[in-house]
Amino acid sequence: MTEPDIPSAYVRDRRTPPPSREELRARIPGWGVDLDPADRPSSPKLQYSADTGAHWDFPDRQPGSAGRERSVEHAFVTPVFGTAQPLHGPSGAIRRLAYERFSEARLAHWLLLVAGDRVDAWGSHLRSFGSTRPDVPATGVHTEVSHGGLRSRAGRSDRRHHLVDPLLVAGPWVAGAGVGAVVVRRLARALRR
Amino acid sequence: MRAMTYRGPYKLRVEEKDRPRIEHPNDAIVRVTLAAICGSDLHLYHGLMPDTRIGHTFGHEFIGVVDEVGPSVQHLQVGDRVMVPFNVFCGSCWFCARGLYSNCHNVNPNATAVGGIYGYSHTTGGYDGGQAEYVRVPFADVGPVLIPEWMHDEDAVLLTDAAATGYFGAQLGEIVEGDTVVVLGAGPVGLIAAQSSWLMGAGRVIVVDHLTERLAKAREMAHAETLDYDELDDVVVELKQQTDFLGADVVIDAVGAEADGNALQQFTGPKLKLQGGSATALNWAIDAARKGGTIAVVGAYGPIPNAVKFGDAMNKGLTLRMNQTPVKRQWPRMFEHVRNGHLTPRQMVTHRFPLEDIAEAYHVFSAKLDGCIKPLVVPNAN
Repeated sequence: MTEPDIPSAYVRDRRTPPPSREELRARIPGWGVDLDPADRPSSPKLQYSADTGAHWDFPDRQPGSAGRERSVEHAFVTPVFGTAQPLHGPSGAIRRLAYERFSEARLAHWLLLVAGDRVDAWGSHLRSFGSTRPDVPATGVHTEVSHGGLRSRAGRSDRRHHLVDPLLVAGPWVAGAGVGAVVVRRLARALRR
Repeated sequence: MRAMTYRGPYKLRVEEKDRPRIEHPNDAIVRVTLAAICGSDLHLYHGLMPDTRIGHTFGHEFIGVVDEVGPSVQHLQVGDRVMVPFNVFCGSCWFCARGLYSNCHNVNPNATAVGGIYGYSHTTGGYDGGQAEYVRVPFADVGPVLIPEWMHDEDAVLLTDAAATGYFGAQLGEIVEGDTVVVLGAGPVGLIAAQSSWLMGAGRVIVVDHLTERLAKAREMAHAETLDYDELDDVVVELKQQTDFLGADVVIDAVGAEADGNALQQFTGPKLKLQGGSATALNWAIDAARKGGTIAVVGAYGPIPNAVKFGDAMNKGLTLRMNQTPVKRQWPRMFEHVRNGHLTPRQMVTHRFPLEDIAEAYHVFSAKLDGCIKPLVVPNAN
């Protein structure tokens, strides 16, 4: 390698200067209009807003905060909070333990919340089997036909791991059905005795 | 009302739910006219986000019409057409007072590390989202903005998150004139990040993905060079060669937790949920940035720890900048860019689904079928 061929990283200056302003402006709509950091809304990071729209120093407190789960890193239940799906049942107990016992800094906090999610999902699936609208392992999969599943994945590297999705999604259902069948059979045997 | 409802990982449907009600004096109820599915909704859909409860309604990108207001609301009236930032924020806490609307401390009792987000699990406050006919909008005097007459609805809905996040990502990169900017991910956030990098003076913009239709969109819409990592033995080596062995001045991670490109990360993250998603994009960013360069992270990751090459980030003297986007802060300047045609969010929309077909929409978007880049959701489409 002769000296002029040595890449920029090994010498003081870049070998190839960037295109000129004129060239970039001709090619790119709006090139450089936010070149000045003063024109960038998030520069600097901390900025006092003249008017956020808030007409309070501290917001009114939303009713119903008693018993609402909260991170132990908060001083109190925040003045406004979501009420979408309140804690309930065994999954609620697991989640409440995560919130009351462990801070966000502890892995146990998050693993308990994940465990609560799975208990919530399986409890919900079981209840759905007693309804007119039982859950299925995955929804929307018929779009594999209507929206060209094979065609869309042609040549894509992610098709390799897409192949394991049916196993990961349906596997627990198959295992659950197997366990259910064994339990039913044993119960039937016990009742016959 | 009809609403998208989560039934567990990979399972959702439309159900009849109670219409939301005013729960705080500064609440509004908004009738949703247009919503979108965000790439980060897929983290919920795949079961990656802790405390995603059965029955939750997703959706943090939506616009609509004010249907009801609480007694203390002063700035909105019934009938106003509004766009709602994905952040739920109070406008008055220590963080909001300094412009960090995405880090509001008064709206999310479930966590201090993240602010409030519509339809994004109880880890972000437990608010049902906008993939529904109606949605509760707290702090109606602070978040929502009237949609300008001239603005297209599809631009407006994309400005509530994806487009604002792409623009914010480029700002986090602290781009100076002539910089080489690498954008990882040619999804909606990455496409706008690439467009925005030019506005901030980039001399070269390279977008990396493996989906051909997205890379084509990056070339056409964002005037970017593109790299398909499926065609390369090692994308980092390619980037080093293309930057004269310096590496990129700025790398923007516009992928987050669902990143492909590394089988171990993909299986331990999105598949087995052993980490808060795949850290492939973040690790590529660390490797591909030049020493002393900057990494901007706007891809979303879960709160469970990730396998990130932090030692290399330290050894290279990188600056890592990141946050959830404080959306409303971006809007006045972004409105100018959209009006002038410098940013073109609605060019990214590929699919429009009626709310009743939400399960189909999620599967198409998740599996990237039919060239899907950005799907919109239309309540009351029939």
